[in-house]
Amino acid sequence: MSIKKFVVGGFKEEGALFTAVKNVRKSGYKIHDVYTPMPIHGLDKAMGLRDTSLHTAGFIYGITGTTTALSCIGWIFTSDWPINFGGKPHFSLPAWIPITFELTVLFAAVGMVLTFCYLCQIAPFVKKHHFSLRATDDLFIMVIECTEKTNETDLMAFLENSGAIDINIQNAETGWWLGRYDKDTKPFENKGTVIA
Amino acid sequence: MALLKYESQVRPPLVDGTKDYHQVTEDIVRPIEMKAGRLWWIGFLIAVGLLCFGIYSIYRDVTYGIGQWNLNKTIGWGWDITNFVWWVGIGHAGTLISAILLLFRQGWRTGVNRAAEAMTIFAVMCAGQFPIWHMGRVWMAFFVMPYPNTRGPLWSNFNSPLLWDVFAISTYFTVSLLFWYSGLLPDLATVRDRAKLKWRKLFYGVASFGWSGSTKHWQRHEALSLVLAGLSTPLVLSVHTIVSFDFATSVVPGWHTTIFPPYFVAGAVFSGFAMVQSLLIITRKVLHLEEYITLEHIDVMNKIIVLTGSIVGVAYLTELFIAWYGQNKFEGWAFMQNRVNLFSPLGWSYYIMMGCNVISPQIFWFRKMRRNLTVTFFMSVIVNIGMWFERFVIIVTSIYRDYLPSSWSTYYTPTIWEIGFYLGTFGLFFTCYFLFSKFFPVIALAEIKHILKKSGENYKETMGEAEHETVEEFAHEMEHAH
Repeated sequence: MSIKKFVVGGFKEEGALFTAVKNVRKSGYKIHDVYTPMPIHGLDKAMGLRDTSLHTAGFIYGITGTTTALSCIGWIFTSDWPINFGGKPHFSLPAWIPITFELTVLFAAVGMVLTFCYLCQIAPFVKKHHFSLRATDDLFIMVIECTEKTNETDLMAFLENSGAIDINIQNAETGWWLGRYDKDTKPFENKGTVIA
Repeated sequence: MALLKYESQVRPPLVDGTKDYHQVTEDIVRPIEMKAGRLWWIGFLIAVGLLCFGIYSIYRDVTYGIGQWNLNKTIGWGWDITNFVWWVGIGHAGTLISAILLLFRQGWRTGVNRAAEAMTIFAVMCAGQFPIWHMGRVWMAFFVMPYPNTRGPLWSNFNSPLLWDVFAISTYFTVSLLFWYSGLLPDLATVRDRAKLKWRKLFYGVASFGWSGSTKHWQRHEALSLVLAGLSTPLVLSVHTIVSFDFATSVVPGWHTTIFPPYFVAGAVFSGFAMVQSLLIITRKVLHLEEYITLEHIDVMNKIIVLTGSIVGVAYLTELFIAWYGQNKFEGWAFMQNRVNLFSPLGWSYYIMMGCNVISPQIFWFRKMRRNLTVTFFMSVIVNIGMWFERFVIIVTSIYRDYLPSSWSTYYTPTIWEIGFYLGTFGLFFTCYFLFSKFFPVIALAEIKHILKKSGENYKETMGEAEHETVEEFAHEMEHAH
């Protein structure tokens, strides 16, 4: 990751935001991201993001749980230490269903949450550059990346016409670093090296 | 501006008053940013006091053995397992609200789900204490975990419902915690970004995992919530089903019935909603959240209480009918003598159960009663007393006079340490709940904002125009909304 230059604008209304996203993309600007206080249905499509495959990952984790449970219990009760419970068969599948089900759910849930955290790069003590504090309150913050060709004054005027407020330019690190929110540590600036 | 979201005006609003996104943040985060009031401190200290008494009771139990409770050879499960089933049951409403109602796309869940999920987690924490300390030699509790060991290797019995319970409860706790916390992340980020004090920036910064609100993250977050809801739904049904298997797979008259799983699940939801009502009626008042947890929410939850209460009632009567119709002498004795007979030693508990769970909730057929806060609060306590007695009836009246009259143990009364342990879990529960209500947003901020423009009172009023449009006009507008 590296430090880049961004033009940042905030929107108050979903309707204006959708129109702006459409126009910004049409004009060839590169939307870095849109930060919103709550999920906005359809915004990912409008921005041209592909669907997440988190579900698929969840399915794979679930199947792993199922196989773990069945193979472990099966091996323990038929081969490692077969116990005779009132003459019932050693391989008693119906009695194993509850634990198999629970492990399926457990593996799927834990795996998915960890994958979610990994994909979003979130964890305790992870710090990121936040373009606007109001992104978690009441503004939809659109962040447009500046390339060499971008004329910032044009872009800012363009955003203003789309109904954006609080328009400004920020230089920001796009990755994350280890830090605390009560201290203004930006390790990548002090050392001159890029972290993560 | 074209309407982005539409909901008929026939549906009452879920957020009262004139709100915009910022106002929602202000209202819900305000209690966190204010100093704790005197009421909070009093409540918190009482809870901590109870917790300490509970810890001392457990200390006595571990030191002197579970003979400290009045358990004996006949009544091996007394208050202890009653409390376990009671607490697990209470937890169920949280998952029902957060998961099942999410799948059914019930907008009203947004006002109550966060607190209800927190309640689930705390209730399961309390429930877990009972089987653990009931083991007596609690330092060997890890024997329930299957791992290659030096005892043979002797594995745990995977065919036993008691082991299923270990897996069910621990999975339930873990999944509920993940579901709850992943939902909390964006809201904690909101508190973090408003924080002025140093410790708050630190605490909420760490707790919010550096959440930014990126569109891609929200997309994944939505996918995660949906799948977790899909997983939690069968999970919550399985948990109380498995708890009921602890009884249903035995050969004890009164326990050995196939109706137990659905009957337990309905009872769990019933008691859980009652607990949600008790907590939220106080929470909304103290934290001034009446506009978010409206009478509408209370009304809907009371409908669920009367529904599940009636399901439980049908189950009681079915059990009774089958005890007679089955013509099994032992089953008949358990029901007709140990329970229905008011003048048997513990017969009174059966009537408390019937009165509290089946008869009294019927008052909620009346809309006026459903929307009366005093009645609702009173009833929510009554229902939880009733549900405690249900478990007591199932457990104690089934075993205290069993097959062999010489081993009957008629006069079972709990000791102070048995009661103390139960009070201790109340302490644990309320200590956690007080801390939660002080330091965490008790209402899911992002979710309220998500439904605000559809179900907020001031936005609903603007939907009048849409109501008068023709179908074609309306369809056209919705198609081109964005």
